[in-house]
Amino acid sequence: MTTNTMDHDSVASALCATDVRVQTDAGVEILHGVSFTLQPGRILALVGESGSGKTTAGLACMGHFRQGLAKGTGTVHLGDGEMGNILELPAAQLRGLRGKTISYVPQDPALSLNPSMRIGEQITETLRVHRVGATDAERRLRVTEVLAEVGLANDPAYQRRYPHQLSGGQQQRVGIAMAFACRPSVIVLDEPTTGLDVTTQAVVLRTIDELAARHQVAGLYITHDLAVVAEIADEVAVMLEGDIVEHGATDQVLFAPQHSYTRRLLAAVPDLAGKRRVGQVEAITGEQPLIVPGPHGIPDSTSTTPLVDDAKLLPGTMPRTTPADTAAETTPLLRLRDLSLSYGQHKVLDGIDFQLREGESMMLLGESGSGKTTLSRCVAGLNDAYTGSIELFGEQLATGTRSRSSEDRRRIQYVFQSPFSSLNPRRTIAESVGVPLQMSGINDKHRRRMLVLEALDQVRLGERFMDRRPGDLSGGERQRAAIARALVNAPSLLVCDEITSALDVSVQASILDLLRTLQTDHNMSMLFVTHNIALARHISQRLAVLQKGKIVDFGTTDDVLNNPQHSYTQELLANVPAFD
Amino acid sequence: MSTVEEVVAQDPVVARPPRLLARMMRQPQAKLGMVLTLVVMFLALAGPLLTPWLTGHTSTEFTGRPFTDIGIFGTDNLGRDVFSRFLDGGLRLIVYAALATALGMVVGVAVGMTAAYSGGRVDALIMRGNDVLLALPQLVFALLAITVLGPQGWVLVVVIGITHAPRIARVTRSATAAVITEDYIRASEMYAVPKWKILLTEVLPNITGPLMVELGLRMTYSIGFVAALSFLGLGMQPPTADWGLMINESRIALVVQPWGVLLPVAAIAVLTVGTNLLTDSLARASADMNVGNKK
Amino acid sequence: MIAKMITKRLLVSLVILFVVSLLVFVATLLLPGDPAQAILGQQATPERLEALREQMNLNDPVWVRYFTWIGGLFTGNLGYSAASGGPVTALLSDRIQASLVLMGLAALISIPVGIVVGTFSALKRGRAFDHAATGTTLVLASLPEFVIGIGLVALFSTSVFKILPSVTMAPPGEAVWNYPVQLVLPTITLVLVVTPYIVRMMRGTMLEVMNSGFVEMARLKGVPERQVVLRHAVPHALAPVAQVIAIQLAWMAGGVVVIEFLFRYPGIGQALVDAVNNRDVQVVQAISILIAAAYIVVNLLADLVGILTNPKLRTEKAS
Repeated sequence: MTTNTMDHDSVASALCATDVRVQTDAGVEILHGVSFTLQPGRILALVGESGSGKTTAGLACMGHFRQGLAKGTGTVHLGDGEMGNILELPAAQLRGLRGKTISYVPQDPALSLNPSMRIGEQITETLRVHRVGATDAERRLRVTEVLAEVGLANDPAYQRRYPHQLSGGQQQRVGIAMAFACRPSVIVLDEPTTGLDVTTQAVVLRTIDELAARHQVAGLYITHDLAVVAEIADEVAVMLEGDIVEHGATDQVLFAPQHSYTRRLLAAVPDLAGKRRVGQVEAITGEQPLIVPGPHGIPDSTSTTPLVDDAKLLPGTMPRTTPADTAAETTPLLRLRDLSLSYGQHKVLDGIDFQLREGESMMLLGESGSGKTTLSRCVAGLNDAYTGSIELFGEQLATGTRSRSSEDRRRIQYVFQSPFSSLNPRRTIAESVGVPLQMSGINDKHRRRMLVLEALDQVRLGERFMDRRPGDLSGGERQRAAIARALVNAPSLLVCDEITSALDVSVQASILDLLRTLQTDHNMSMLFVTHNIALARHISQRLAVLQKGKIVDFGTTDDVLNNPQHSYTQELLANVPAFD
Repeated sequence: MSTVEEVVAQDPVVARPPRLLARMMRQPQAKLGMVLTLVVMFLALAGPLLTPWLTGHTSTEFTGRPFTDIGIFGTDNLGRDVFSRFLDGGLRLIVYAALATALGMVVGVAVGMTAAYSGGRVDALIMRGNDVLLALPQLVFALLAITVLGPQGWVLVVVIGITHAPRIARVTRSATAAVITEDYIRASEMYAVPKWKILLTEVLPNITGPLMVELGLRMTYSIGFVAALSFLGLGMQPPTADWGLMINESRIALVVQPWGVLLPVAAIAVLTVGTNLLTDSLARASADMNVGNKK
Repeated sequence: MIAKMITKRLLVSLVILFVVSLLVFVATLLLPGDPAQAILGQQATPERLEALREQMNLNDPVWVRYFTWIGGLFTGNLGYSAASGGPVTALLSDRIQASLVLMGLAALISIPVGIVVGTFSALKRGRAFDHAATGTTLVLASLPEFVIGIGLVALFSTSVFKILPSVTMAPPGEAVWNYPVQLVLPTITLVLVVTPYIVRMMRGTMLEVMNSGFVEMARLKGVPERQVVLRHAVPHALAPVAQVIAIQLAWMAGGVVVIEFLFRYPGIGQALVDAVNNRDVQVVQAISILIAAAYIVVNLLADLVGILTNPKLRTEKAS
């Protein structure tokens, strides 16, 4: 049974899963016969978008099925297979394996560490239940050792800390220490770096890599992030809707993909160098491809864009000027002067100055806590506690939306991060999209409906979505509807706050497509707020790097990426995972 | 399992609240609750009309000697027909309970939504005021009011409504607080939609689940509360026929004339169990729906 | 930090108690008529009325009367009963004890029973025990307290079993706990009223906790199920349940009125009903403020449990 996956390597496998199937309690099969083999000291990445069943497959290796799922069928053998099929082991024997022979690193350590237990005790507990070490003193020694292995302080005071006293990266390293504590032969890692900033992610990945190699542990690395895969995995298995559609060595899968889904997935991943053209992706989720080529597609794309009449509006052909030059030209669309905001002692924004011209797209890059969302909300008037000034076409704006004129409100539109939160679940799409029209005094219902339909057409949703509610829409469709609400009043500036971070990469690609089209077609300016530096060359002509409420690097996208001035930008660029 | 297409094909214009009720009624315990509630409601509402016609007596008329077994269920301590008094005794209880619940809901929902939406000092002030009212148990508060104002109908309704209000306000406030952090509220703020309109069109439709559960819960409590006050002799006053009062008047003679106590006790029990079964299934339906919305 | 939080809660509680006392005091002023007249009746001579007014401080300005009353609360002088003319303190002291015995017994039984039944119900989710527990608690939670009480009386002291007394009849001056049999039915009634809420809350919280990430992690670490429940799950369920227990204990202070009336139990509840019937404002005031104070103390305790069991509040946040 296991021969087909064994043949390419003579080393005994650490774990062998064959034809694993999982059904929901209701009897719907969500994992359709998945097979893979893990080798000691090597890491297999299980890649897929949300809902592909990758976590279910990973947990099935441990004989664990989440609530709502029935016990799976198929076989999972460990090592020489003498334990028998994990999926059929009695609970007591399974417990003996979990944490000892096969261990787990959770996705979100903030939820998976017991908040009221000291971290040292949580690691010791694993050792104690598996009777590793004869005495508590011996176990304490092991705890000290594994904490050092993951690069954490290991003094008794540190071990007595509670999870909330650690940063996210430290919590995740505690999770990894716990997984390695009993020296397992297999380790399942469930998106362990999601939610960490790139610098921390790099450290955590390095730790995992080193430990797996040193202790000859076989790793199953579950992720949606192909760039991370390139960094850490020896082999890749690509999952789609409960099936593994492609499986092979990392280089082969990433650079010579065989399956069309893998190709589409890879094409959707934004790369820092801007070599790949994100967008114009073949439809993965039923979303439409881009009609107008993007500004930073293939290097010579600017000369092959006959679709746009007014070539100078193409962002890609914008003259690369420094901010100082542009100030002299015309009145900028948007100008921020010494924008500051503090909550008590904490300075969230600390003197922000920049300007944005018509038709220009600027990326505001920053990690969580950098103040990027606060900044974008100040511009949109959602946060009125700032000092300094925001000018639109040379006129100073009132601070809050309610005190701004209806015309000013129309000109600046804001799209929220999560499409799951930005649309009222009880109202139809047409009602939600129509709100801005209603508030700017268009009371004729028929006219409003026409304009709404027009906006929905622009985001390629069309009439059939008008009377649906957000609950019936996918994440990408919802985000399109939210963008339609921002477009319905023909704004001059679109502020996009992390609008793709809650979406899968293929959906992200189609949203990027959409934004670029809108920008070129309507000469709209855009402020694109994100934490993902890899998007830079795909969306913006200019790049502002925000750190602790200050703009630390600013210039054209190429300038900043090729020649970063600030150490923070350099560090970010050094740590971005990439596969090229 | 219906496919996604089918779900979409079913008229998507249908508003969510009916769906909530439909989900609720799908549960067997909701059906049981509905039957129990309707039976007692019918008895209480139609009873006063049926009394003379069914039993030949009004509820306050003396039909004979005390504790005889004349009539279907005999006579009470003053010789009045027990069955007539039973049929006539539920209407006021239910009307008072419903009025008190309605009053409490209106005041509590308005106060709770205002507190959550205003935030800051207004919120703190309202919630501290709530804490003061909560510090007196409902019954003690009611007794204090009855001492001062006397046991009249409007006093009962107002005092029960007022004591429900802070409890309802608390639930409303936390439900509202969860909703107003959603971005669609921020979006409405951004488009300068008037605040009252945001509360009515954006917030209220999204908290109907918890509010309806609260409505059911408060109705159940109101029924028990009005009945308990009458049972203490501080609610409905003699010679009115009332279930709570009947229990008070007849309980000493439980052995001699059990019907005088058992009929009203059973009616109150069936009614409150019925409303609570409905409320509980509503709560489940509402919780399921929230889970469904997340994904 | 923790001392600061506790101090803040304490101060808030004091302010609330102060406002409640104002509320209760103002209620007296709304009462029509002259309290002295009410006590002495229509035939009283002006001299005697004047003397009583003096004794009750009715001639002082309102705010002086308020502070005299509030001061009396601390010195144990709760004023004079309009109905009996005697001091309220003497009237209530035995009754407070009797009520505390009843409520204490009920709390001692219902809290552990509620927690244990709720936990098991959650662990056996969907099985027979769970269905029985949820069904029973749902029905019990719907029933008004006097309905439960009368049901028990009908079952155990009149028609079916006739084994327990339905009324409490300790001779005056004798403590209620000298007649334990008479305590059984009132206690069981209180327990049956209070326990369902604790069970339901404990069950709900446990279900939530058992579904949490850290419980899943504990299982994936190979921790035995028993230890998962006792070490990881139950401690997290206790803080929210403490709040519900506090609400229930506070409810008892009010709900005990109906039960005492039903069983003629010589506690403050019975005294309160009598006082309301007699419009004996001083007594109603005294009992109201006592019950409010009890409520506030119990809630304060629950808050303390919440603060003390939360490591996030116990320790400073690092980095």
